[in-house]
Amino acid sequence: MSIPRFWREIRQRYKGIGTECGVCNRVYFPPREVCPDCGRDSLGDMKEREISGKGKVLTFTEVHEPMPDFEILSPYIMAIVEMDEGVRMTGQLVGVEFDEVKNGMEVEAVLRKLGEESPSGIIYYGYKFRPCR
Amino acid sequence: MREVAIIGIGETKIGELWDLSLRDLGIHAGLEAIQDAGVTGDEIEKLYIGNMSAGRLINQEHIAPMIADYAGLEGTPAVRIESGGASGGMALAEGFMAVASGMNDIVVVGGAEKMTDVGDVEAKDILSSTGDREWESVFGATFDSLYALMAKHHMDVYGTTREQLAQVAVKNHYNGARNPNAQFQREIPLKMVLNSPAVSTPLGMFDCAPLSDGGAAVVLCPVEIAESYSGKPVRMMGVGMGSDHMAVHDRQSIDTMKATNLAARRALDMTGLECSNMDFAEVHDNYTISEIMAIEDIGFFNKGDGGPATQRGDTALNSKISVNPSGGLKAKGQPVGAVGINQAVEAVIQLRDKAGDRQVDDAEYGLTHNVGGTGGSAVVHIFGRWSP
Ligand SMILES: [Zn+2]
Repeated sequence: MSIPRFWREIRQRYKGIGTECGVCNRVYFPPREVCPDCGRDSLGDMKEREISGKGKVLTFTEVHEPMPDFEILSPYIMAIVEMDEGVRMTGQLVGVEFDEVKNGMEVEAVLRKLGEESPSGIIYYGYKFRPCR
Repeated sequence: MREVAIIGIGETKIGELWDLSLRDLGIHAGLEAIQDAGVTGDEIEKLYIGNMSAGRLINQEHIAPMIADYAGLEGTPAVRIESGGASGGMALAEGFMAVASGMNDIVVVGGAEKMTDVGDVEAKDILSSTGDREWESVFGATFDSLYALMAKHHMDVYGTTREQLAQVAVKNHYNGARNPNAQFQREIPLKMVLNSPAVSTPLGMFDCAPLSDGGAAVVLCPVEIAESYSGKPVRMMGVGMGSDHMAVHDRQSIDTMKATNLAARRALDMTGLECSNMDFAEVHDNYTISEIMAIEDIGFFNKGDGGPATQRGDTALNSKISVNPSGGLKAKGQPVGAVGINQAVEAVIQLRDKAGDRQVDDAEYGLTHNVGGTGGSAVVHIFGRWSP
């Protein structure tokens, strides 16, 4: 991924900044300029909203044939997490064995390295999830 | 709006075709279709090509004029249509509209994909670009894993079993064993699917369709002039398209493809027919779970009954509804951007009674269903037997 393409989304990836619809109060992540439910009524009424980072596992899988950047981690767990704000996110689940993961498990987002351009290139950070202590 | 017929079909064998380039695949299929229809090059007014990712797979963009050029059609308008795995079906929809609108009489719609010039890992990475790159795959989600997440959820919500998923692969290999163009022409036992190595749990290797090379093409014209050509016509009766949130996690329900639901409803409404009128369906079984979701979301079975219906044998050849008589993506193969045209070719073969050992008896109506990405887009076509 190019540096500008990554840099553009640093606020979302590192800090979990999403948006909240001023009409129906639904929360979105990543940010949207239009609420899919309210359409043009929401134009200009989407407010910035920080996602707490806490949520529950909705569903999960153990990946055995990974993406090129993730080979060293294989097998690893991917999950869809339903955040306390109602929005869902896809991320890796760490700090737990696959057979210990359950639907509804409480997890929190943590900042972790996701990959790197090359040994001397930029390193990407972003969120992963781990069980709440 | 004019009624539309298919008067010619062509397709290459599907598989790892090391001796054929993308250009060859498009041309072989196209020339076969043109010959089947009995049209001349001068009569062809437009060419559409469905293709997912020639740019990343073979470093060649702008492939429609290239294929037109080598098919001896330079000068003919030629456009590539991209909608991930639904590129072929979407190209067919464009061809349909060109003829139905009255703008063109003879239109050729092809699909071609060359998946095996890059390695397996790269091919899968390219395929994952049809999901949400920035909010799914960057975080480690493979294309397989996104379908695995749908599968796990479907199992948890509806009680769909591992055996029911596996039965999809067994059935489609049974049908593929009867298709001379299929990549895998052999039957497989249930145990082999259940014991195949994990790709992304609960999906194993035999739950996944291969990534293949292949080309397919059809020739369209208005119904009124269909009988003046040599190929036996089939009616294209309905077309429906739909879209949904790009990322799986944003979907209203992650075990349901709304794009499929909308596309099927729109196509059926155009014809006045219902699912119960269909004799067969070619559905987008890129994974076993995909077929189970498809037969529910199109409306052949109630939500949650896709697994049990498969296990009961309701989707086997010449049962309640023959699903994927061609062998589907699982056994016939998955030349990604060509899939929608391969499905249309099968529909025509069935409605011409030319399917041999995999013939659906007395087939009157058939439906094809083609999905882009993880369900970000879908297209459904409905075909009917020719009656003058
Ligand atoms: Zn809203």
